[in-house]
Amino acid sequence: MATTITMPQLGETVTEGTVAQWLKKVGDTVEKYEPFVEVSTDKVNAEVPSPVTGTIREVLVKEGETVATGAAIAVIDEVGAAPEAPPAAVAPAAAPAAAAAAPPSSNGHAAKTQAISAAAPATGGGTPDEALRAASPAVRRLAREHQIDVRAIIGTGANGRVTAEDVLTAAQMGPAAAVGQAIAVGTNFGATGAPASGTSTYGEPIPGTIVPLNQARRIIAQRMVESKHTAPHAWSMVEVDVTNLWKWRTREKDRFERETGYKLTLMPFFIRAVVESLAAFPLMNAKFTAEGIYVNKDVNIGIAIGLATNLVVPVVKHADQLSIKGLAIAGGELIEKARKGKLGVDDLAGGTFTVNNNGANGSYASAPIINAGQAGIVTMEAVVKKPVVLENDAIAVRSMMNCCLSLDHRVVDGYVASGFLADLKKRLEKMGPDGVL
Amino acid sequence: MAKTDTKTQTFARAGLTDEQLRQMLRNMLMQRQLDNRGFQLNRQGKVPFALGSEGHEALQAGAAMAFHRGKDILAPYYRDLGLALGIGLTPYEIMLSIFARADDHNGGRQFPNHYSSKAAGLMSFSSILAAHIPHAVGAAYAIQYRGEKGRAVLVTCGDGTTSEGEWHESMNFAAIHRLPLVMLVENNEWAISTPLDKQMAQPEIWKRAAGYGMPGVRFDGFDPIATYATVSEALDRARSGGGPTLVEGVCYRYLAHSTDDNDMTYRTKEEVAEHRKKDPVPRFEAVLIEQGVTSVDEIAAMKKDVLRETNEATDKAEAVPYPTPSELYTHLYEGAWQPWL
Amino acid sequence: MAVSTTSSTVMNNVEAVRATLYEAMKNDDRTIILGEDVGARGNVFLITKDFINEFGPQRVIDTPIAEASIVGIAVGMAMEGLRPIAEIQFADFIYPAFNQIVGEAAKTRYRSNGEYTCPLVIRTPYGGGVRGALSHSVSIEALFYHVPGLKIVAPAFPADVKGLLNAAIDDPDPVLFLEHKKTYRLIKGEVPDGHYTIPLGKASVLKEGTQLTVVSYGLYVHWALEAAQSLANEGMSIEVIDLRSIRPMDKGTILTSVEKTRKLLIVHEDNKFGGIGAEISAMVAEEALFHLDAPIRRHCAPDVPAMGYAEPLEHEYMSSPAKMAGAMRDLVKF
Repeated sequence: MATTITMPQLGETVTEGTVAQWLKKVGDTVEKYEPFVEVSTDKVNAEVPSPVTGTIREVLVKEGETVATGAAIAVIDEVGAAPEAPPAAVAPAAAPAAAAAAPPSSNGHAAKTQAISAAAPATGGGTPDEALRAASPAVRRLAREHQIDVRAIIGTGANGRVTAEDVLTAAQMGPAAAVGQAIAVGTNFGATGAPASGTSTYGEPIPGTIVPLNQARRIIAQRMVESKHTAPHAWSMVEVDVTNLWKWRTREKDRFERETGYKLTLMPFFIRAVVESLAAFPLMNAKFTAEGIYVNKDVNIGIAIGLATNLVVPVVKHADQLSIKGLAIAGGELIEKARKGKLGVDDLAGGTFTVNNNGANGSYASAPIINAGQAGIVTMEAVVKKPVVLENDAIAVRSMMNCCLSLDHRVVDGYVASGFLADLKKRLEKMGPDGVL
Repeated sequence: MAKTDTKTQTFARAGLTDEQLRQMLRNMLMQRQLDNRGFQLNRQGKVPFALGSEGHEALQAGAAMAFHRGKDILAPYYRDLGLALGIGLTPYEIMLSIFARADDHNGGRQFPNHYSSKAAGLMSFSSILAAHIPHAVGAAYAIQYRGEKGRAVLVTCGDGTTSEGEWHESMNFAAIHRLPLVMLVENNEWAISTPLDKQMAQPEIWKRAAGYGMPGVRFDGFDPIATYATVSEALDRARSGGGPTLVEGVCYRYLAHSTDDNDMTYRTKEEVAEHRKKDPVPRFEAVLIEQGVTSVDEIAAMKKDVLRETNEATDKAEAVPYPTPSELYTHLYEGAWQPWL
Repeated sequence: MAVSTTSSTVMNNVEAVRATLYEAMKNDDRTIILGEDVGARGNVFLITKDFINEFGPQRVIDTPIAEASIVGIAVGMAMEGLRPIAEIQFADFIYPAFNQIVGEAAKTRYRSNGEYTCPLVIRTPYGGGVRGALSHSVSIEALFYHVPGLKIVAPAFPADVKGLLNAAIDDPDPVLFLEHKKTYRLIKGEVPDGHYTIPLGKASVLKEGTQLTVVSYGLYVHWALEAAQSLANEGMSIEVIDLRSIRPMDKGTILTSVEKTRKLLIVHEDNKFGGIGAEISAMVAEEALFHLDAPIRRHCAPDVPAMGYAEPLEHEYMSSPAKMAGAMRDLVKF
C-alpha cells in the first residue's frame, strides 16, 4: 500500500515549507519514526519522521524547492508487517483556499453542510392569511406604501413566502391589464434556478407541463375574471381611413424625435381624438356604481403597455388638457418608466378610460376586456393598405385601421357606443398634414 | 517667634528648620480638621460618604515634606489626605471633591478622597487597590527613560494592598530596572476588618524588599521627623539613579475604614483606645513645644486658623454647583460623545 | 485615507505589523514596545526581530511574565507622556490584565475629567485554525467591546493592518489592536508605501451585492468573501463587508447595505451568544426593521469555550467557506 507524505505544518501560521535535504532516496527503506527528510520554514528547521515502515517509492519535491503545507512530497510503499498506518496527511492544517489534501475526517462536516443547505426554513406559504401573518417587515411596509394586499400576491420565496421583490413586482403590475390575448412572454419575477420537473416557464412553455402561476399571472387572471363577471361586455367596431393622419405623422416624426427624444407613434393622435370624442359622449368616460352611473370629471387615459416581463397600464392624467405633442411626451415618459420598472402607484392609478394599440401586434380586430371601474376600452388595430371605394365611387388604395370598442352595457348601449365610435372615426379621418401637434 | 536650630542639639530634627517643623504640624492639624469635617458633613446629611485618615497624620506630613514640588510625582491612594495637602493641594480642592462639585479635579465623577492634580504631579487613581502601583512604575520608567535626574515617583499604599498581585509585579519590575521610585507602605495594621496576621505570615513588610533585590526599611509612622528622614533618604536615592526603595511606616487606623464600616464588629474599643495613647498629633505638638519650636498659644492660634481655613473652604466649595447632567457625556474619548445607538 | 506615494509593496499581515511598528519606533522617541519575549527573541512571530539592536533595551522591553503589570506599567507610561505599545503574547493570556484594561486604561480620561489621558496600544494575536487548542485560539473582542472608553480594531488585510495600526498609535485613547494569527502569513496584499492612517470606525465593502449583506472581520471575512464569490456562480449577488473596526463600529455602512439587500448575515469566529453579532443584530433591528425581508442571522462558533486540539474538534468549532456558503445560500433563498 502506497502512502503519500505531505509537507507538514511546522509552527502556527506557517503556510509553506522548503525541502532542505532528503535523508533517504528512492529505493531506500525507512522505519516508522525514522527521519527521512529535513524541512525548513522561516520559523524552524526540522527532521520529519516517517509515518510508516517501507520503501521510498517516489520523491516528488527537489531539495531547495518550496511547496505549500499539505502538498505531497513523497510516496512510500508500506511494508505489510507494520501496524495500521495513521492517515497519510502528517498533521497538516488545510489552508482555506488550498484544494490539496483535505483531511479524510471532513466527510462528516461536508454532509452537515449539505444538510444545512437542504434544510428549508419553515416560513411563509400556505394560505393567503398565513402569508399575511408571515410577512416580513419589509413586505408589510412595501405593501402599505404601494397599497397592495399581501394576500393577493404569489410568493416566490422559500416555501412560497412573499418576498419584498414580489411586492415590488406586483406594484409594477398596476390595475388590470386590458388585453385578453397573448401578452407578456418570459415572465421571470425574481425566481432563481431552473423550474422543478413537470413544469415550464411562461416564456418557454413545454407541452405536457404546467407553468406555475407567479403573481403577475395570478393578478391578471383575477382581474380579468372580475371584470368579465361584473360588466356585461358588448362590442363594436369601425373602420377608419388614416391615410392623411399617417402622412401627417410621417412628416412630423423625425423632427419630433430630434426635439423631444421620444418616438412619435399614432398613439398620441389617437388619444387626442379619443378625448375629444369622450367630451362629446361623456357616458363613455363613466363608471357603474350601485348609486348610479358616475360621470368622471377628469379624463385620465390608461395606455396598455405589454413588456417582455410585464403588462402595465400607466395613466396619462388630464389627457384632455394635453396637445398631441404633450400626449406624445407624456406617453413616452410613461413607456420609458414602464420599461425600467419604475412606475409608481401614482402612475398606475386614476384611469377613467383605456386605449390599447393592439395593431402593434398585427391584430386586425380584437375584443378587449374592460379595465374594472371603467365604461369602455378602445383599440387601434393594424394599419393596412387596402383598395377602398371612395365617395365618388372611385377605387383607391388607402391606409385603413380598425378601431374596436368593448363597452360596459350597464352604462351605455349601442346608441351611445356607436355614436362614440362614429365620432372618433370622423375626427381621425379629419387629421392631416396641415394639423398642429 | 522662631527659635534657632542651635538650641536643639539633642533633638533629632533631620535637618529640618523650625519653620519646616511648624509646617509639618500645621499639615497634621489641617489633615485632622478636614478629615473630621468630612464626617461632620456626612452626619449632617450633606455628603453620602466619608473616609478618614486619623492616625496617618505624622506619616503623611513627614513624607510630604520630603517630596519635591514641581519635580516629583505622587501616586497615592485614598487615605492620603495629608499627603495631598502636603504636596500643595488646597483645602478648597479637597472640599470640592467631598462635595462632588463641577469644579472638582474629577468633575464630581469619583468618590471623595480620589485626589488628582496634573499641576501638582498627583496621578489620578481609581478605587481599585494596587491598580495604581504599576502606573507609578510606568511613570518612573518614563522619568528614567527621559534621563530626568532629580525626579522620583513616591507611590503609597496601605498594608492591605501589599497582598495584591500587582503590588508584587510592580516591585519586581521597579527593582529589575532600578527605577526612581519609593514604595511607601502606610501600615495601619487593618485592611478594613482584616488584621495584619490574617494578611501575611511575615508581618514586617519592609523585609520583602530583599526578595525583590531592593533596599527596605521600617520606621515609626507616628514620628513625622523619622518619616521625613527615611522617606527623603529613599527619594534622594531614587532621584540620583540609585534605584527603588521599599519604606514601611507603621501607624494605626483610629477610625473605621469609612462611613460604611462599623469597626466594632471586628475590634474592641479598648484596643483602639490603647493605640490612641500614641496619637501622633498631640505627641508632635508636645515635642515641638518642649523643643521650643512653638508654644501652646501658637498652636492654639494655628488650630483656630486651620478651622477658619477649613470653614472658608467648606463654604466656598459648597456654593459651587454640581456638574450638570450633560457633563455625564464628556471626556470619554478625545472629542465629542458619539454613542452607537 | 491619504497615501503619500503611489507605490506599494506586497507583504503579509505579520510583515505589515512589523513594518508599521518599525516606522513608529523610528519616527517617535516616545514609542516604547513592552511585552514577553519582544526583545532578544523579537516576538514569538518575529515581529520585533532585531528591534532591540536598533532601538535599545530601554525602548524594547522584555518584561517578566506578568500580564497585569505589562498593561499597568504601560498605562503609567502613557499617563506620564510616553506612547507605549504593550504586547500580550497571545490573546488567551490577556485575562490577568483585565482590570488594567477595563477599569484603568478605559477610565483614565473619564475619571480625571480629561486631566489625565491614556494613549496606549495593546497588541495581541488572537483566533484559531492553527491547532492552537484551548489557550492559543480564543477570540476576545466580545469581552472588551462592551467597555466605553476603549477602542478595538481587528484588520484582516495587510494594507488595513498598517493604516489602522498607525491610527491606533496616533490615537490619544487606549486601543486594543487584534491580529488574527492565522492570517499572519496566509494573507498577502499590496500595502502602500509611506505613512498613512485609516480612521477607526470605518468598515470596508469588499464585494458589492444586492441579495444579502454579510458582515464579518478577521480570518472569517476572507472565507466569507470566498464563499460569496463561489455563490456568484449560482447566480447569487452577495455583499461582503469587512468591519475592520469593532469599537467604534461603522453603523452607517451596515445600515446602507441592509437597506439595499434587506437581509443580513453576521459571520464571526467568536461564540454566538453575546458576540459582536448580537449587538449588530440589535442595532439593525432597532434602526432598519422595516427594511428586513428575513430574520437577521448569525453564523458563529458554538457555545463552548474554545476549539479543541484534536483536528475534528477544531474543524467542528471553526467554520469554513463551504459552511459559510451554506448559511448565505439559505438566507438568499429565504
